[in-house]
Amino acid sequence: MELQIIWFVLWSVLWAVYFMLDGFVFGTGMLHYYLGTTDQERKILINTVGPVWDGNEVWLVTAGGATFAAFPTTYALMFSYLYSALLLLLFSLIIRGVSLEFRGKLHGPSWKKIWDLGIFVGSALPALLFGVAFGNIFSGLPMDAAGYHGSLLSLLNPYGLVSGVVFVILFLVHGSLYAAVKTEGRVRERAIEVAEGVWAAELLITSAFLIATVISTNLYENYRSLPLLMVVPALAVVSLVMIKIFLSAGKALSAFASSCVLIVLIISTGLIGLFPNLIPSSTNALYSLTIYNSSSSAYTLKIMTVVALVFVPIVIAYKIWVYRVFRSRVTADEVMKNEEAY
Amino acid sequence: MDTLALSRLQFAVTSMFHWIFVPLTLGLSVLTAYMETKYVRTADTTYLRMTKFWGKLFLINFALGIVTGLTMEFQFGMNWAEYSKYVGDIFGAPLAIEATLAFFLESVFIGVWIFGWNKVSKATHALAIWIVALATNLSALWILLANGWMQKPVGYVLRNNRAEMTDFGALLTNDYGLLKFGHTLSSGYVVAAFFVMAISAYHLLRKNNVDFFQRSFKMAAIFGLASSLLVAVIGDINAAEIARNQPTKFAAMESLWETQKGVGFNLIVIPDTARECNAVEGPCVPRLLSYLAFHNPDAEIKGLKAFPAEERPPVWPVFAGFRVMVLIGGLLLLLSVFGIFYSLRGTLEQHRLFLLLVLYALPLPYIAGQLGWIVAEIGRQPWIVYGVLKTSQAVSRSVSAVQVVISLLGFTVLYSGLGIVDVYLLTKFARKGPEDAGSAAIPTR
Repeated sequence: MELQIIWFVLWSVLWAVYFMLDGFVFGTGMLHYYLGTTDQERKILINTVGPVWDGNEVWLVTAGGATFAAFPTTYALMFSYLYSALLLLLFSLIIRGVSLEFRGKLHGPSWKKIWDLGIFVGSALPALLFGVAFGNIFSGLPMDAAGYHGSLLSLLNPYGLVSGVVFVILFLVHGSLYAAVKTEGRVRERAIEVAEGVWAAELLITSAFLIATVISTNLYENYRSLPLLMVVPALAVVSLVMIKIFLSAGKALSAFASSCVLIVLIISTGLIGLFPNLIPSSTNALYSLTIYNSSSSAYTLKIMTVVALVFVPIVIAYKIWVYRVFRSRVTADEVMKNEEAY
Repeated sequence: MDTLALSRLQFAVTSMFHWIFVPLTLGLSVLTAYMETKYVRTADTTYLRMTKFWGKLFLINFALGIVTGLTMEFQFGMNWAEYSKYVGDIFGAPLAIEATLAFFLESVFIGVWIFGWNKVSKATHALAIWIVALATNLSALWILLANGWMQKPVGYVLRNNRAEMTDFGALLTNDYGLLKFGHTLSSGYVVAAFFVMAISAYHLLRKNNVDFFQRSFKMAAIFGLASSLLVAVIGDINAAEIARNQPTKFAAMESLWETQKGVGFNLIVIPDTARECNAVEGPCVPRLLSYLAFHNPDAEIKGLKAFPAEERPPVWPVFAGFRVMVLIGGLLLLLSVFGIFYSLRGTLEQHRLFLLLVLYALPLPYIAGQLGWIVAEIGRQPWIVYGVLKTSQAVSRSVSAVQVVISLLGFTVLYSGLGIVDVYLLTKFARKGPEDAGSAAIPTR
């Protein structure tokens, strides 16, 4: 297989896994204030993501680093063209990080309020921004030989906005299911209620998104030329339905697993349609950034392939171990006893 | 100011702010890991309290190191798109490898360490912080190999309008990168050592938890002496490497204008950049500089005037930064020698003036580290990749000055806020001191 194709696959895997993992952290962050009615309940919710959020965020760093190493031209133009949007994303991720870390350090109610707000904003804004960014990547950016002709406002076009809302809703369901898996009692009940409520919105908006994608983007061309690929969006719809079925059967863990699959498949649906582009030009396909015209040399790609094939499985192995260590539900007793808890 | 100047300023502000947290992380992770290992080995609960007390301060600092590091990865693409396009083929690799090999380890195992008390065995818990320490150090290696490449580009060829990697091994074994790694890492250890010594001095002056802080102080002083020696030795080799590979930087560091043989070292120098000479020079140790640079007292050293004015770095910040850094390095070495001496004799608390000195010396290793980066980065100007690409050619073309003004303002506000919270929390918990011996929660597993 061509090295560029291998790297497109790896690049896609990094993004899909990133959204699957950080998605539930964003979801929990958007919901913790609402799901938890007391400080202790909120603390429990934050501590469900405590041991893993940082490791999850590294998938983003790696996706960014992989873009830099494998497709430097795309990295350079994507980051500079989307300067203002990425700045907002960066600020909100910084705010989320410190809010998670610092909330539990002191005990005053106003101290907690500030960081609760930080956790909410730092979770909701990136979810929305990632959605808007990917929506615009799917539909293409206005770029040609002279450079980029868009702005922060032009990113907020209807398709971009729908995509943003899709990400928010996906992560809300994802986060509430994660909370249902990781907590007990009242918080868990509320989490299941939210998951069931938002699921209806998820069904609606995801369907709207798939239809809007046919209208606003060229992503379906790849599916037309190879109809077998339709299996991916079809399975996405199946996993979406499975969430509801599992929820009704009271199986939160299976519902959460379905939500993981759903997120991976939605991202895959988009990226399969994108191939071989990384960022299509919406004005002239000649100026699209593809895996061929923006990639590193064969030598660099080879080195990076070896690194990825050796080390990514190791990363996955120890991450699985960590998720096993922290597999039990987070209890009030536990977070109150651990002085380092968030 | 234009996009270029603003982007440079923003990169300086954000990387220097990032560098407030990283050195302490590098060193304090190692010290904390050592303390916890002592606890696991001896079951002495003082070591457990040490682990928890210094670990708490470590975590507050660590959080900011992580979030401000995110900025660095974004900025290469955001502000330096032309650079990223031109060198991404070789420069992107170490960054991606850093994330895969080191950053994952660090971020995953810090979670185990924070939340794993009672969930994993004591030995595994200690192993977690060792992995964090190893990973942060490894992280620094990749970043400094990347930076080392900007200083001394190796293993590449200019092809297809860019620098393409041809020899990954050369990148890995780039002596410039490895020396920088050694110098920078040990300077981080010095920061951590003085952080622990200064806070211990604060409590020893007040006779709080004397045994606890005596032990902490002694441990840190030994660590501090070893690492300040290492900083100096590697720094010396590093400077010789600069003399060979970056003559303009070396000339600026020494404010040397004329090309001469057998150059002496002037203790006091005041550069006069307008007239391209030194306004004041002396007293001079003959031939010392030639010896230091090339290990040959008669060696020729190129002066700044040997290069066109547009290829010289600004002299003042590089020259003054270097001098003050070296001066601070010497001072810290001296302080740690006395620290060990008093610790071993058990007379530490009697030397109140010394303790006060150590307490107020806390900013010094931080300042030295910042100055080191000023020398390294301003000294490389006007090049972003020495001899290959000018900084002025590296800036993003699609980003306007207004955008950078806004982002720079944003960073300033956000980072100021974070800085205030960080200092507030660190001071609060540093002052509070460790948990009482009786109330420290002993892990159940």
